[in-house]
Amino acid sequence: MAKFSKKRGKSSPAISTASLPDIIFMLLFFFMMVTVLRDSELKLQVNTPEATELTKLEEKSLVNYIYIGRPTKQNQKLYGTSPRIQLGDKISNVDDIPIFLEKHKVKVPEAKHPRITSSLRVDGEVTMGIVQDVKTKLRKSNQLKVNYSAGKRVDDL
Amino acid sequence: MAKTKTRDRMNNEINAGSMADIAFLLLIFFLVTTTIAEDKGILVKLPPWSDEEPDITKLKERNVYSVLVNAQNQLLVREQSMRIGDLRENAKEFIMNPAGRPDLAERPTSAIISLKNDRGTNYQTYLEVYNELKGAYEELWDELAMKRYGEPYTDDMPFAQRKAIRDEIPFVISEAEPTNFGEED
Repeated sequence: MAKFSKKRGKSSPAISTASLPDIIFMLLFFFMMVTVLRDSELKLQVNTPEATELTKLEEKSLVNYIYIGRPTKQNQKLYGTSPRIQLGDKISNVDDIPIFLEKHKVKVPEAKHPRITSSLRVDGEVTMGIVQDVKTKLRKSNQLKVNYSAGKRVDDL
Repeated sequence: MAKTKTRDRMNNEINAGSMADIAFLLLIFFLVTTTIAEDKGILVKLPPWSDEEPDITKLKERNVYSVLVNAQNQLLVREQSMRIGDLRENAKEFIMNPAGRPDLAERPTSAIISLKNDRGTNYQTYLEVYNELKGAYEELWDELAMKRYGEPYTDDMPFAQRKAIRDEIPFVISEAEPTNFGEED
């Protein structure tokens, strides 16, 4: 041991990298916290429109996503070209929405049920017909908190 | 050779030097997979479902601000066509009625926005119109909050203050069932 410390003392002092793992771990944990692994693959093309009066959605676990848009190129053979609805990772139709909402609801603690929000991610080119059907279904299933997903617009109309 | 000898002698600890590398690997994995995609949008509270249509005819005509968006994405506001860009100012004037005109809302509390669209209306246009109407109210709330509390209307305000403002200028929007024009496939 005596020999060892002697040797260290003689060598030129290098910058200690002992705390490097700690720093990296800190960064790692940060990214692990903010990461949301994408669970559903989009089968539709969805370009949400832009708006100015935006609200941020807070707790991600309280949000269920409903996508509306035309199927992407590689899915057009299977699903056609007219606008469709995607719930989770499945292309569905309007009648599946109540079950989808119920499935999401059981994963959320009872106390937070009133705060569940449906995020409608709708392509800007879609017409209101299908959106209206979804809205009617949501109202009938008593899911009234809805967020029309939109990007931030900077320039004026 | 001498170097190896010293290493052998101090080899009673697990080498933690590669810890940083492992952590780096994980870090890079998470960096790549992360999407800090903020989900933002226009928050809307839908009215509860009831089988009978709400009867808008009972309301006084001066209190109803009817907005129609047709399948050609044209805007008809109180029987007059309008550009979306003018909608916000017009709606604000209707709600507050600063000049006390007899054809605009009596009070902000009695003003009702009636929004109606065709099934063929573009979603983008619909959202733009909705955005302008909401924007009109947010600007009015801002102005009132500035006047009364000296700060703009935000979610950080005490709940009582927010409620007072929202009671003074309530955001009432009624969406009628759309007409079936321009429905595609």
